[in-house]
Amino acid sequence: MLRINHDLCTLCEHCISVCPFGALQLAHDSIQVLDACRLCKICVRQCPVEAMYIESTTSTPEATPDARDVLVVAEFENGGLHPVTLELIGKGREMADEISASLGCVLIGFGSASHGEYVLEYGVDRAFIFDHEELEHFRIEPYTCAVEEVIKEFEPAIVLFAATPIGRSLAPRVAARCRTGLTADCTTLEVRPNGELVQIRPAFGGNIMAQIITPNHRPQMATMRYKIMDPAKPRRNPGARVEVRELASEALASAIKVLNVEKRPPEVSIADAEIIVAAGRGIGDRETLALVEKLAHLLGGQVGVTRPLVEAGWADYTQQIGLSGRAIRPKLLITVGVSGAVQFSASVTGAEVIVAINNDPHAPIFKVAHYGLVGDLHEILPALINDLQEVTAYAI
Amino acid sequence: MHIVVCIKQVPETRNVEVCPETGVLLRDGVDSIMNPFDLYALEAALRLKEQYGGTVSVISMGPPQAQTVIREAYQMGADRGYLLSDRAFAGADTLATSYTLAQGIEKLDAYDVILCGLQTTDGDTAQVGPGIAEVLGIPHESNVSRVLGATADGLQVISDLGTMVYTKSIKFPCLVTLTKGVGEPRLLSFKLKQSTRDWPITTWSAADLDSAAQDFFGLSGSPTQVERIFPPTVSDSFETWEGSGLELSHKLVQKLQELRLVEGVERAQN
Repeated sequence: MLRINHDLCTLCEHCISVCPFGALQLAHDSIQVLDACRLCKICVRQCPVEAMYIESTTSTPEATPDARDVLVVAEFENGGLHPVTLELIGKGREMADEISASLGCVLIGFGSASHGEYVLEYGVDRAFIFDHEELEHFRIEPYTCAVEEVIKEFEPAIVLFAATPIGRSLAPRVAARCRTGLTADCTTLEVRPNGELVQIRPAFGGNIMAQIITPNHRPQMATMRYKIMDPAKPRRNPGARVEVRELASEALASAIKVLNVEKRPPEVSIADAEIIVAAGRGIGDRETLALVEKLAHLLGGQVGVTRPLVEAGWADYTQQIGLSGRAIRPKLLITVGVSGAVQFSASVTGAEVIVAINNDPHAPIFKVAHYGLVGDLHEILPALINDLQEVTAYAI
Repeated sequence: MHIVVCIKQVPETRNVEVCPETGVLLRDGVDSIMNPFDLYALEAALRLKEQYGGTVSVISMGPPQAQTVIREAYQMGADRGYLLSDRAFAGADTLATSYTLAQGIEKLDAYDVILCGLQTTDGDTAQVGPGIAEVLGIPHESNVSRVLGATADGLQVISDLGTMVYTKSIKFPCLVTLTKGVGEPRLLSFKLKQSTRDWPITTWSAADLDSAAQDFFGLSGSPTQVERIFPPTVSDSFETWEGSGLELSHKLVQKLQELRLVEGVERAQN
């Protein structure tokens, strides 16, 4: 609980101005702490007279700082490894090297045994395999038990999961069972020489970054966002080995029955799309719209359009971007022949990266675009399609 | 059927502005609302109640103002409301929150199913639902986009887990977290506003919960600590490139590879 030493406090109100949560106020000639306090300690650090402190009710820390090793939980689904697995291994390997620890990887799923050797080729020291018919589909109870068993045996200091729907279902369950901390959807992960995991994640819709640690509990756990970290490089460590483990029949039991499994249909809504290529009036003709569609397809994205194209009947209104259409929050937005009228520009600021292609260097779209390509879209589009076809031909 | 719905009061917008110099959240004029995902959980609960009969209880942890969202739940059709409110709960991370809510749920009449929103818009973790299920020792299913129906001993649901969509049956007692696929949440009813005006909201403090659990609440029960918060480094470099179609295309593809927005990065560069 945040406390204030009123004898030291000079009522300078600096704490009130630095509190991100508006949790401090001046009343009755003293600083008062409101319920909004999130104990972030910013005021404690910034108080010029050190009048603020956290009164800890924490009992003795349960730390076991001897543990050093790193464990990653692979994502195995539909008979294969999800690409995020190599990113987990890459990050895990990097951290393990920094603190001279070993890297374990747990693979759970029917048929996962045949992938054990594969992960060893990417720097995993010990691959723990749970391969059983009952583990064919993700069901929470046996999957939790499998990770728990490896944690007990391997005693890692750090456990990384993928921040995918499965990882975000499994990780909190495992963390609660181990009574330890878990940080969701980390975009930066670093390890300190003492083995402490520094976890950075976006908060409040990405408007602020939070740096989080788990000082007194082991293992430290985090889910890691997909497509942020570099995938592991090939590297085989001497002594690397696959270890097959089995779950007891009680641990395999589940109150959940899988009745049907289907591949998820491709996203239809541009509101949820991660990559959008948006066409505007500047494309000129329908043939060029077909090129835009091809570009979107190569990038694995969706096509969005501005209002004139909907009015011309070239596209469905569900594809319209703009205030009267729908807001979007893609990772990448490429606009082609869009001038960037205010109602369009205002609705795309949620995009992480905006690329604009337009022949008019004064088009307002260039004011919101991170990368503005001034040129003829009829030249750039075919070149882009060609380049991307070459690049993606090498994709896994 | 006794259905418990966990709800939370959150700031109305997720686009809380941050002062780039001080890192202070500018929250003037930001109102509080029920977490949008919780509206879907509540809607799913009310539909189950309408179809199979039963009671819907809502429970929240938060400051006394969080009563507002419980009143709203009453105006949508919930039957009972519970608020866990105590300064001792402050500073809770997702583990401590899960633990506290689980203790509150243990005090309710025996339940068949607990429904939660997938995640909150202010935390975005999706961790509290599974955490509650673990503390209570019941199975859970996350990312449920449809509740197909109930039988005497469980629910049938569709969960959307990224690349695969599952139809699963899950036995009572269980917990599911819901996404927006379950159906448009109903509006607040003026009639219910009138008739539920005097309904009580049961409020419990830390002292009302299991005495053995006290160490697991709030800050002291939270393994994670926020060390610092800071504004993100936005790519506010606005670059303009000129050149031929080919040059611009090469440059863009290279940039997209750097930003990891295009697959097949490494081999293409070699």
